Amino acid sequence: MTARRILPAATAATLFATLAAMPALAAGDVGQLEKQPVNLSAIGMFIAFVVMTLGITYWAASRTRSTSDFYTAGGGITGFQNGLAIAGDYMSAATLLGLSSLVFAKGYDGFVYTISFFVGWPIILFLLAERLRNLGHFTFADIASYRLDQGKIRTFAAIGSLTVVCFYLIVQMVGAGQLIKLLFGLDYNVAVIVVGVLMVVYVTFGGMIATTWVQIIKAVLLLGGGILLAFLALSRFGFSLEAIAKSAIASHKDGVKIMGPGTLLADPVSAVSLSLGLLFGTAALPHIMMRFFTVPNAREARKSVFYASGFIGFFFLIVCVLGMAAITIVGTDPQFFEGGKVGGKLIGGGNMPVMHLAKALGGDLFLGFLSAVAFATILAVVSGLALAGASAIAHDLYARVIRKGEATEREEMRVSKIASLVLGVLAVVLGIAFEKQNVAFLVGLTFGVAASVNFPVLILSMYWKGLTTRGALAGGIAGLISAVTLVVLSNAVWVVVLNNPAPIFPYEQPALFSMTLAFIVTIIVSKLDGSASARAERAAFEDQFVRSQTGIGAAAAARH
Amino acid sequence: MHSPANTPVYERVRRNPKFHELVRQRSRLALILSAIVLVGYYAFMMVVAFAPGLLQTPLSDESSLSVGFPIGAAIIILSWLLTGVYSHFANGRFQDLTDEITRETLQ
Repeated sequence: MTARRILPAATAATLFATLAAMPALAAGDVGQLEKQPVNLSAIGMFIAFVVMTLGITYWAASRTRSTSDFYTAGGGITGFQNGLAIAGDYMSAATLLGLSSLVFAKGYDGFVYTISFFVGWPIILFLLAERLRNLGHFTFADIASYRLDQGKIRTFAAIGSLTVVCFYLIVQMVGAGQLIKLLFGLDYNVAVIVVGVLMVVYVTFGGMIATTWVQIIKAVLLLGGGILLAFLALSRFGFSLEAIAKSAIASHKDGVKIMGPGTLLADPVSAVSLSLGLLFGTAALPHIMMRFFTVPNAREARKSVFYASGFIGFFFLIVCVLGMAAITIVGTDPQFFEGGKVGGKLIGGGNMPVMHLAKALGGDLFLGFLSAVAFATILAVVSGLALAGASAIAHDLYARVIRKGEATEREEMRVSKIASLVLGVLAVVLGIAFEKQNVAFLVGLTFGVAASVNFPVLILSMYWKGLTTRGALAGGIAGLISAVTLVVLSNAVWVVVLNNPAPIFPYEQPALFSMTLAFIVTIIVSKLDGSASARAERAAFEDQFVRSQTGIGAAAAARH
Repeated sequence: MHSPANTPVYERVRRNPKFHELVRQRSRLALILSAIVLVGYYAFMMVVAFAPGLLQTPLSDESSLSVGFPIGAAIIILSWLLTGVYSHFANGRFQDLTDEITRETLQ
């Protein structure tokens, strides 16, 4: 038992490589790849997607007049549409490629991972969605600073959001460059610049309306592509899951072991830390939280989580079927292995099983379609990120902190557009600068910081009367420092980047430790805070509580 | 957003017994459902960590699929159905109650 629970270094390395594959895009795993021949059908279909989304952006631009239109589509998105858009944010290229490749490589372990990725959704609905919707207007900082010091907490929350946005943008840009090099046969830099330019166009001209529709179209394409692929895969096995499993056992080198949990999540500490990071990190990703403000009321917000969970759960189950089917269809076909050696290295790297599956079942045309969808997926996610970053800069830092609420709508809009342009340029520059780097550690940082810096202040400000400005700041800083330090001491930086022999921190996700520390520090410092402002902040909780439960006052606030 | 402490509107809501009923019932529902999901998920993860062999048991003697697959799928599907349960009550009875409270407060 003990031997099982201590991850051997080799397993830890695999786990880490897999994590890199997950929420991000396998940038670390895809690595430096050979450019493939130019894939015309993929490029053609991607251009069709771009033309359609630019048309929508043109239409959205005429409807984006106020800051509320820009940040939240004027609250005019229905619950069903928003559900699809949230699902789109969640069903990234990483979930399609990463989860299916995990099932392909590890069997049941990949399925366990998928489940861990999913269970956060119900919790977000039960504990957060209602209050988020009733308290917030445009950003997560609106909620964090609701009854605390506007200048300090808003600045801190905005910086927390921007940190997460920047880390995640780099990961996505590097992933986009590598993936496009592989799938489209385009140059890395060309791919990064195309993503950057389109992202800026969608966001500055079409704001949240365009960003949401790009995400919805992508989600539909991804779901449709996944269903079609699963249908083709199942038809090979007479539509029998039993037959897929039987054939997979026969084809996989681990044989019947793939039908049960293996070593991937054998260590409970690692498993819990990872699931906490995924659960609460996701809940506190700024571009996901923003989605709750794009619907007209709490009723639609709840519906959107219901629809989103349905789409995500369904898609995840499909992805697992694809991974299992690929074990036989891709895993035994020499054309997908380097040098034709079955069981050797997959062409294009470990994240490619589902792409090879598309080629095996639907030929080059289907491969082209799925490649175009993967590219569209990255584009949609970076647009959401850029919009979240722009709102943190323009709404929180500029309009509220620097101008103290005196900025006009026009000025705030101008700043938000400049901010998205700057973020676009920054994303391209960083994307190119990080081309040769292993960016896997940024994934750990993104989720670690979101769970340890943004999440504690968010949940405590809504649930705990005793929270004060000092407590929130101290806890946030403790969370930030500990999350960053632990990631630096983990395998991802300490071994991979700094070339030390063994990691000092043995787990790849710091959330269990850094988030706990952030909560403890926040609570202790808040309790010790006897200042007059702390008393006022505690007293203001009662009114905030009424509003968070009923939404009374929220409609008026959203109009500013 | 810059709400001064104890605004009269909110004070009126607090004096309304329906508000306390709403908070009590809805919070209880949210807590029960969260507990079901979290207890179920972490129980599953503990089996994964400490008794992985249980999940590898074949569904039947001649079956290749293990019991782990339907159990895993059930966690995903049940969690989703619970979001439906929450939305059903929150958008029905609790929303009506909220609307009533709002009406009584703002008239």
